Amino acid sequence: MGKRAVFYLALVIFMLVAPFIFPVFKTQLATVWLMIIVALTWDMTGGQMGYNSLGNITFYGTGMYVAAVVAIALAYDVGEYTGSSGGGIYKFTEGQYFAGMFLGMLAAGLFCSVVAVVIGYITFGLRGPYFAIGTLGVAIAAGELVSNWEWVGGGQGIALPVYPGDFDDGKVLFYFLFAATGTVLFLFLKWLYTTRFGAAINAIRDDEEKAEAMGIHTLQYKLATWAMAAFFVGVAGAISAFQLIHFEPLETAYQTINLGIFMVVCALLGGKGTLWGPVVGAILFHVFKEVTWTYLLGWQWVALGALIVVTVVYFEGGVVGWLMERKPHWFSLPAKAGEAAGDDPP
Amino acid sequence: MSAIIEVNDVSKSFGGVVANTGISLSVERGTITGLIGPNGSGKTTLFNSIVGYHPIDSGSILFEGREISTLPVQRIARLGLLRTFQQTRIYGQMSGIDNMLISLPHRKMRFADAFGRNGSEEYERAEVLLEFVGLYQKRFLRAGSLSFGQQKLLEFAMALMNEPTSLLLDEPTAGINPTLINGLIDRLQRANKEFGITLFVIEHNMRVIMNMADHIYCLAHGQLLAQGSPADIQSDQRVIDAYLGAH
Repeated sequence: MGKRAVFYLALVIFMLVAPFIFPVFKTQLATVWLMIIVALTWDMTGGQMGYNSLGNITFYGTGMYVAAVVAIALAYDVGEYTGSSGGGIYKFTEGQYFAGMFLGMLAAGLFCSVVAVVIGYITFGLRGPYFAIGTLGVAIAAGELVSNWEWVGGGQGIALPVYPGDFDDGKVLFYFLFAATGTVLFLFLKWLYTTRFGAAINAIRDDEEKAEAMGIHTLQYKLATWAMAAFFVGVAGAISAFQLIHFEPLETAYQTINLGIFMVVCALLGGKGTLWGPVVGAILFHVFKEVTWTYLLGWQWVALGALIVVTVVYFEGGVVGWLMERKPHWFSLPAKAGEAAGDDPP
Repeated sequence: MSAIIEVNDVSKSFGGVVANTGISLSVERGTITGLIGPNGSGKTTLFNSIVGYHPIDSGSILFEGREISTLPVQRIARLGLLRTFQQTRIYGQMSGIDNMLISLPHRKMRFADAFGRNGSEEYERAEVLLEFVGLYQKRFLRAGSLSFGQQKLLEFAMALMNEPTSLLLDEPTAGINPTLINGLIDRLQRANKEFGITLFVIEHNMRVIMNMADHIYCLAHGQLLAQGSPADIQSDQRVIDAYLGAH
């Protein structure tokens, strides 16, 4: 217990002082937290429940747009604001800015939960790769729909008000917004996975047909899990919207081939179906990505592809899964039959 | 005695393959009822029809007087009519005890209960039932690493954990070490007598079913061929012919 407490305390302290001891990397550190959030939420369905979604980016993009619309609507008419294409002058008071930000985050989370239930109701009939492709289709369709919706700025996207104070202070604020969301999410999942709910979604992963035959409300659990995941992705999207100031639909909001895939890679790299896997994976992935994008420019996608292939082929359980196999006592895992003394299978 | 499961004139075909034609039978409450028949005679199809795994073409199926042939699998399971699988199905990545805990009857749970944890009462029950099937020593092992026979016993224990009113067992002794079969028969009978669970059992092992069942139905070519007490069935020439391939 003592060791574990020290470990967690050290993490919390590092989390609190990181943006001040690495002042140049504030936005990078914020992005690491974003990756942790999307990887952990992806793992809720992908790792814990066995539903590999390629469409979670839908909630990120939708969260961005909901937050932007809420923040603007507090002060101005949205159609007029986006219609001016940056030509008009719109001022936001400090109060309007922060009210818009926090209401926007909340609205984004809740709206995305509702969207997840609606999409889930349709797509959770699909299994395995069909679910992955189905949800990817939803994400692509959502991006295309929004990019043709002039009221929210169409293909040009939306520009949001700039942080009203010092630009550098703004970076610190966004770091802590992501860090707080990520921490709440981590603690929430740490608790959730120990409840009967966690056991039920694991049962769905291991054998959904058996779970049905045992009378588990499978659809209810699947919808609830995705709605919870979507809430946090929506909140993260809302924070991103304010952090980026301007975003457009296809490359930023509904970025299926970037963040939409990265979140899956993070979870696989770290170890899906574990609590720490997506966290470790997100950190490793972001470092890997930034290093290759800086020193291997031109070959960065090749390096990324190689990383994915190596992970999938040689480290099926990811980094944490690999450790679990070698150091099961670190994780207090159930042993395998062969390791038990005096075991003779009939 | 009253019928707990009533199957009336049920037919089911898959494309051109007729699996069940006009089958009518009833399972009396509190009994052990057997279902036998040569391979491919439609036994598992009938089980699947009863538990709602696929829609039936015609006929009706009543459970405790209630029509269930149009209900989905989970709803039927939550009514207290449970089945085990011929190809054993357990949650392979979880420990034995977790397999038991996830099998708690969801019909007695509200959605909010899902966010609670299992207390010592549930753990104790799980351990008692694992002891009952002889898997107590292996309760912390990953279920997927147990032998086939042990998985079969675990699946049976999971079914008991769910507190069903009626349990449909698809070949409970298939793949089980012959020396363990007597123990299993004893446990099935105790589940029936002590827990009051009505058992409806598909079985190929004649020694097992003849020892255990109160009443036996025999299917052949998707039709009900014969029914009666174990003694009647054993002496029924049509049943003997069906098994030896005279049809």
